[in-house]
Amino acid sequence: MGVKIVKREGKTLKERSYIFALFTGLRVTLRHFLKNLKDTSNIKTISYPEELPKDITPRYRGVHRLTKRDDGSVRCVACFMCATACPADCIFIVAQEREDGVDEKMPKKFSIDLLECIFCGACVEACPCDAIRMDTGIFTFIAQKREDFVIHKDALLKNKAMKGSK
Amino acid sequence: MGEMAIVIETVIKAITVLAVVAGMAAFATYIERKVLAFMQRRLGPMHVGPHGILQLAADGIKLFTKEDIVPQNSIKPIFKIAPVIAPASAFTAMAAVPFFPEFTLFGYTVHPIIADINVGILFVMGVASVGMYAPLLAGMSSVNKWALLGAARTVIQLLSFEVVTGLSILAPLMMIGSLSLIDINDYQMGGVGSWLAWKQPLAFVLFMIAGFAETNRTPFDLIEVESEVVSGYATDYSGMRWGLFFVGEYANMITVSFLVSIIFLGGYNPIWFIPGGLAILLKISFFIFLFLWVRAAWPHVRPDQLMWLCWKVLMPLALLNILLTGIVLI
Repeated sequence: MGVKIVKREGKTLKERSYIFALFTGLRVTLRHFLKNLKDTSNIKTISYPEELPKDITPRYRGVHRLTKRDDGSVRCVACFMCATACPADCIFIVAQEREDGVDEKMPKKFSIDLLECIFCGACVEACPCDAIRMDTGIFTFIAQKREDFVIHKDALLKNKAMKGSK
Repeated sequence: MGEMAIVIETVIKAITVLAVVAGMAAFATYIERKVLAFMQRRLGPMHVGPHGILQLAADGIKLFTKEDIVPQNSIKPIFKIAPVIAPASAFTAMAAVPFFPEFTLFGYTVHPIIADINVGILFVMGVASVGMYAPLLAGMSSVNKWALLGAARTVIQLLSFEVVTGLSILAPLMMIGSLSLIDINDYQMGGVGSWLAWKQPLAFVLFMIAGFAETNRTPFDLIEVESEVVSGYATDYSGMRWGLFFVGEYANMITVSFLVSIIFLGGYNPIWFIPGGLAILLKISFFIFLFLWVRAAWPHVRPDQLMWLCWKVLMPLALLNILLTGIVLI
């Protein structure tokens, strides 16, 4: 086995001996300790489940939502643009004819498999009528079964835009 | 009747020491997590109880109720007995440590030492070094390469630093002329100025470094460092068996803190207006804090650096110290 000699860092003997650096380390940690012992408000830790992160920006791509028209009906026209654009093939749409005369088509079923979704935002880009958005700010989704991670039209319509998004 | 009284007194003392030190060890884990967290700008445990103080109870419940896994191919009797050796040796070592000055309780003078033997320091170090069998047997019986590597590292580390501990303590013992920890303590009766740390600064530093190595604390924690050998000898242990290793480690930390305080820092002699019992508590608190502080601040060494440090630096220094002490004493 070859032996590799590692040269010590530093120019002066003081730096090469590492002794002073050791005490600098002790000083820095003690300073942090005393500061945080007196006042913990500088610590960035948040106690997560009770306290949610405050730094989710408006551009953050969270769980999708389906937007509504002014009369409260679904905006989506079931054009399949999002399903076509989706690189993960996780959007499943079943179209039906729209009876109320507002538009010609609407989705009968609109499901997104969140386990397949890669949160790229291509569906939002592709949508011609601004019917799907990812501005909910929801970054957690929890379920017991795999099937429960496929969210359907009602749930997507129920998702709200997070505060601060346009 | 007199013999019976001594037996009862010793049993009471032993149980008290066991309970108090086990409690201190449990509390030290909480303090360790909190101190490290503050040094690393984190909060540490916060959820269980106010400021996470009940975390140690939660940890205890978890350790006791966890499934006890004994690996299929392990050598089972040895695997099961190994974790008991660690706390057993650590607590046995405390038998010869005088914790506090004598005090009177209900008109009965209590000597807070379980066995006042005249080779106290020898006994403590001897029994503490028996604790080496715990990681050694654990690592060898659990048929796991990480555990085996951890055990091998344990043996080289503890055996090497045993030498430094012994040699570094020899010089102060030459000055005192007694192996009894009570005599060592009484030698430094004259206040802060008579502490042995001023007369034997080199021995003090060497003993501290060796103490860190013998308790497997951070600069020398390479026997169970996660990045290299997973968890060393304790890789296959779970539940309370692992907890026993942990208790042993913390009990060893407390023993070393007591030893350093008694041998070099005046023991339980009163300082100025602080009574002796409080003085030694403050001293060992400082040393426990030092263990945690160093863990937060310093990286750990490589095994070859450890051997270099032990055999080429610390041991010659210890020998030199003995030589100089001998010349001065003559």
